[in-house]
Amino acid sequence: MPKRVLLGLLLACGLAAPALAQEPKTGGVVNAVIQPEPPGLMLAIVQNGPTQMVSGNVFEGLLRYNPKLEPQPELAESWSVSEDAKTYTFKLRKGVTWHDGKPFTAADVLFSIEMLKQTHARARTNLAQVDKIEAPDDHTVVFTLKQPFGPFLGIFEVGSMPMVPKHLYEGTDWKTNAYNNAPIGTGPFMFKEWQKGSFIRLVKNPNYHEKGKPYLDEIYWQIIPDAAARSVAFETGKVDVLPGGSVENFDVPRLSKLKDTCVTGAGWEFFSPLSWLWLNNRQGPLADKRVRQAIMYAIDRDFAKDVIWNGLGKVATGPSASTIKYYTADVPKYPYDPAKAKALLKEAGYKGEKIRMLPLAYGETWQRWGEAVKQNLQDVGMTIETIATDVAGGNQKIGDWDYDIAFTYLYQYGDPALGVGRNYISSNIVKGQVFNNVEGYSNPEIDKLFADGAVATPDSKRKEIYEKAQKILVEDVPVAWMLELQFPTITRCKVKNLITTAIGVNDGFKDAWLDK
Amino acid sequence: MKQFWKSMLKSPSGVIGLIILLLAISVALFGPMLFPNSPWRMVQRPFLPPFTLSTVPLGTDALGRDVFAGMIFGARVSLLVGLVSTLVALVVGVPIGAMAGYFGGKVDDALMRFTEFFQTIPSFALAIVLVAILQPSIYSIVASIALVSWPPVARLVRGEVLSLRTREYVQAAVVTGQSNSWIILREILPNALSPVIVLASLMVATAILLESSLSFLGLGDPNLISWGYMVGAGRTVIRQAWWITVFPGVAILISVLGLNLIGEGLNDALNPRLSREGR
Repeated sequence: MPKRVLLGLLLACGLAAPALAQEPKTGGVVNAVIQPEPPGLMLAIVQNGPTQMVSGNVFEGLLRYNPKLEPQPELAESWSVSEDAKTYTFKLRKGVTWHDGKPFTAADVLFSIEMLKQTHARARTNLAQVDKIEAPDDHTVVFTLKQPFGPFLGIFEVGSMPMVPKHLYEGTDWKTNAYNNAPIGTGPFMFKEWQKGSFIRLVKNPNYHEKGKPYLDEIYWQIIPDAAARSVAFETGKVDVLPGGSVENFDVPRLSKLKDTCVTGAGWEFFSPLSWLWLNNRQGPLADKRVRQAIMYAIDRDFAKDVIWNGLGKVATGPSASTIKYYTADVPKYPYDPAKAKALLKEAGYKGEKIRMLPLAYGETWQRWGEAVKQNLQDVGMTIETIATDVAGGNQKIGDWDYDIAFTYLYQYGDPALGVGRNYISSNIVKGQVFNNVEGYSNPEIDKLFADGAVATPDSKRKEIYEKAQKILVEDVPVAWMLELQFPTITRCKVKNLITTAIGVNDGFKDAWLDK
Repeated sequence: MKQFWKSMLKSPSGVIGLIILLLAISVALFGPMLFPNSPWRMVQRPFLPPFTLSTVPLGTDALGRDVFAGMIFGARVSLLVGLVSTLVALVVGVPIGAMAGYFGGKVDDALMRFTEFFQTIPSFALAIVLVAILQPSIYSIVASIALVSWPPVARLVRGEVLSLRTREYVQAAVVTGQSNSWIILREILPNALSPVIVLASLMVATAILLESSLSFLGLGDPNLISWGYMVGAGRTVIRQAWWITVFPGVAILISVLGLNLIGEGLNDALNPRLSREGR
């Protein structure tokens, strides 16, 4: 059985499923866990993880992305790019209606973008290069950019740019609009009811624009606050789907051994969470590149993957996850090599100065990981003091640069211009904020490479630039990259075809069906 | 003194308690010499069941760390926290109680209201809050345990002093013009000591439990291994690996039991009425 689970992980059983060429069956109800309960369901205003997971099946974006992050048609059925890479023309699908029966047109697209610029921080950044947006007719939208922007086709995912019904939101106060609590989208499922603290119920959209889909009749998103209770709910058959991160890691092996249970790490390619240790480049021993390199050699990352993450994920090679565009494995390597780490520390003149380490207060797994890394570093002669904090306290310390080593993980959003550069360019050294360049790494060459890379054309040029940037960064070790994380989705095997896209469960119920 | 040991060794519970305590102390003192490896070191494959390998007799935890080594190093932390925080609590509680009982009146009122202020707050909740505010470390843990456990000492000492205060030998000392501090230290406190010693032995047990509870909740010193931490860390995998929680749990149980037995033995030995009845 464990072998089969492993195989399932490797093949990402969601991806392999279509190859089996089973005819989808219609009907059935699926119970899934949603954790934690979302603060709201209006995807254009609230972008928490759980909101994206539920509402990604109610709303739609112009494009969808396959696991290779290639754009697929969604509300836009086709698109074209001009020669100078500055004009993008989208042809919208005809005959699409909102859940209330009104037709979806180009006017909705224009309105949505105007609204998102005010309500959605990441969409605002993504749209910064857009000069103007026009709708020559009801089913065509034309984006004109100020300058070519390589990752442009990567910003139309439902969570990044959901389409909002203009006729319900125009001229209203968006934050208090009554439809925020009963969202109206174009998606395969319609919002039906939300019993706070208990469940969110979605029902099939009978007029969905892709004929025959969705296959399921209803989805119940069960809200179960306790991690152990969520595991038990799966074991007892109350729920059929445990999305990534909804149970503790150590429960994954036990649950995946249950009968008729499928596990996959797929469905996170768009986010590609990458974990690393912030290393404070400003002060103390860590200001020396050799000490930072020693840390990379000293940490047994395979152990972390196999033991702490139960074999899920992948050892990171550098600032880009392997699923991100222009990723290269052709960078300096840091295998587990304590002897080399010791030699580097000696060379750098490190004499056991105390180094403060902040683990991430996200529960068991991260606490254990902190202990393992501490032991690894102590084994090569470093003096590590673990500082215990909660999430808010840790964020504050990191934002104030009051740390030496700190655990974190960040989403990468498919393109180095969207999710990688932000952590290494010196213009992003802003005190008081987390998730920017808090390590204080400053290298004019890297600044220039990321600035050029975002707007370079054609693709081959971007590839060249980003590969160069990766090599420089991996040599300099501004942060210590740990693992490409995978949050396993655990399902009853009878739930087929749930994970087919780069955002997995977030928009996966469109294609999912139940084998009864 | 001979008398004391004689009656102490007569009570079976006292003997058992003493043996357990001596065992725990020697493990805490000499154990780390026998196991020089850090208990945090990953030595074997994770979740190795107990009694399968002689090098890791009690198995390994979720990261492959030696449970036995953890228990030995944990003994050090648990006993140290128990003893030191009790000592601190005595240092705070005894003078406050003695002054309140001896001087009476307004001093008594003020000190006892101050004591009651601490007694009205649930002690464990207060300890959690203190550790959370001060950041978990061995110092903040000792300080917060001491802070929540001194009020009973103060009240006990006050009661004893109040009754001793009216004895003839104390009044004689007052008449001969001895200073207040001399009277308290030389005449009253030595005679009030027996119940305090009994209480102290029970406080050590309580302190060990408090430290374990704090560590169990993740508020232990992250740089030191303790029994409570081991129970807390193993709790979530108890269905897969019972031994990670059970062995340190048993260690807590036995050492707390031992201290309680000592308390009982001390009570028997130090209580003049009880010991006279025995003879």
